[in-house]
Amino acid sequence: MFAGETMSNTDELRELARKCRVHIVNMVHRAQAGHPGGSLSEIDLLVGLYKTTLRVRPDDPDWEDRDRFILSKGHASPGMYAILAEMGFITVDDLASYRVLGGICQGHVDMKWCPGVDFSAGSLGMGLSFGMGSAIAGRLANSERQVYVMLGDGEIQEGSVWEAAMAAAHHELGNLNVILDRNRIQNDDFCEEQMRMFDIPAKWKAFGWNVKEIDGHNMDEVVDGMNFLSSTNDGPSILIAHTVKGHGVSFMADNPAFHGAAPNDEQYAQAMAELGEVVA
Amino acid sequence: MTKMAATRDGYGEALLELASNPKVVVLEADLGKSTKSLHFRKAHPERTVSCGIGEQNMLLVGAGLAASGYIPFASTFAIFTERAFEQMRNGVARPNLAVHVCGSHGGTHTGTDGSSAQSIEDLAIYRTLPNVIVMHPSDVVSTKVLTMQLASSGSPSYTRTARNKTPVLYEGRVDEIKIGKGIVLQEGSDVAIIACGVMVSQSLEAAAALAAEGINATVVDMHTLKPLDGELIDRLVSSCGAIVTAEDHNVIGGLGGAVAEHLTANTFAPLERVGVQDRFGESGQADEMLEVMQISTPYIAEAAKRAIARK
Repeated sequence: MFAGETMSNTDELRELARKCRVHIVNMVHRAQAGHPGGSLSEIDLLVGLYKTTLRVRPDDPDWEDRDRFILSKGHASPGMYAILAEMGFITVDDLASYRVLGGICQGHVDMKWCPGVDFSAGSLGMGLSFGMGSAIAGRLANSERQVYVMLGDGEIQEGSVWEAAMAAAHHELGNLNVILDRNRIQNDDFCEEQMRMFDIPAKWKAFGWNVKEIDGHNMDEVVDGMNFLSSTNDGPSILIAHTVKGHGVSFMADNPAFHGAAPNDEQYAQAMAELGEVVA
Repeated sequence: MTKMAATRDGYGEALLELASNPKVVVLEADLGKSTKSLHFRKAHPERTVSCGIGEQNMLLVGAGLAASGYIPFASTFAIFTERAFEQMRNGVARPNLAVHVCGSHGGTHTGTDGSSAQSIEDLAIYRTLPNVIVMHPSDVVSTKVLTMQLASSGSPSYTRTARNKTPVLYEGRVDEIKIGKGIVLQEGSDVAIIACGVMVSQSLEAAAALAAEGINATVVDMHTLKPLDGELIDRLVSSCGAIVTAEDHNVIGGLGGAVAEHLTANTFAPLERVGVQDRFGESGQADEMLEVMQISTPYIAEAAKRAIARK
């Protein structure tokens, strides 16, 4: 099924993103561990990607000709598990296995554990190279399949990302696409304090990539952005999505403390209220 | 006169033969002329991926290809594969993706490039990774046969080849060569010398020298360090009662380490490990390096006598 045919109304996408945010906060609160900030910043992008663009089959997750999605910032797994549950790759009940021994929702997304996961992530700077291999495989197989890789902005401080960026442009991989979650915060602090990255769009342009910038929380722009990625095939393309870490929960928003911290019970109740959920 | 050839040429020949499988893809990091993947590139440019001088990227491009049903062979110098160790660990071994890494120019035998190019720790580090096959073949024939077997192994692998020529040992004997099975090259009851790579031929020479003194040595080519042929080691313990390992690698963690681990957990026998004594190399000819590192024939023979004395 091409999901975009059945849901193109961005109001519905916004409501789905709200539900995913509820899943994210639930998972991290239940586990009392995990990464809510980057999950909340990426989730509008994941909803837009999965619902309008990504050619996948929840009832046949290993379909050979599927588009690939690679969550390179694999610690932002609650966001991916939330959309996988809403797409039907896994159940909402499976979300309770997040960070639990034997659970399919491992701390970092893992292709060996969870249906719908194409890459075993968790170590930053690896997903784009893996995506390049996936894109070359698609080319060798004469397949139309596209590869989408989500990178964090802190993540692109890893030098190997730029090895891959250079190589992907050299090989003119038009089926390789990056979504950059530019939430401006990394583990210890704001990126600006840890490692200034200056003109990020210019860097990717200089490496030979097609570049588009959007507001990553404006669903109309998100849908436009996904269309840009899927329709721009004369070389690798990157969608730089300006986001707010922790978006949707006031005390997490733009707060480095919630990169990798769980809310306490009181904060949890507040978050649920802000997300429009009534906690029993 | 003994026929000589470099094991890296066996790797290059294997890739060419494997090309009949359309799933086989070759990855290079600007050293195809050295690792010998260049022959595949010339014949099959559409299935050869230049990754530039970027080993970390290369290993994960391989992982992405393997996850999509291809059989990638990636090569560079042994020493430069080590730069991508975490990619090998997290991106290849952990998801058990069958990426085949070949590190050429391994060991001090590499010679005059000096210590920066002489990997003496590659076998040790890759041996610590679950799922990964680790090999160091001794001659051009076995390198070709073992490399071809990798394609259907379904497991990730690391294979060390050597830059310089060594004696050809297995002409007409390809049926004896199997991943994970050590090869007994010569039988004797006093001591067993277990060697890998360039040290196998050195060990055969040592055994000849020992025979002149009335000492009968078994010589084993343990081309696969992981999975280790423990059954064979147990047999050697009971038939010889004393073991020597010989490798162009640090004595820490390589073949000697693997055999020591096996012995401590199974049947005991005195073990003498011939290898690089936890130091870096320097520029020198291959044969000079084996002397400087005290791993050449006379040192193996001396180690054999020490092991026998400890029975």
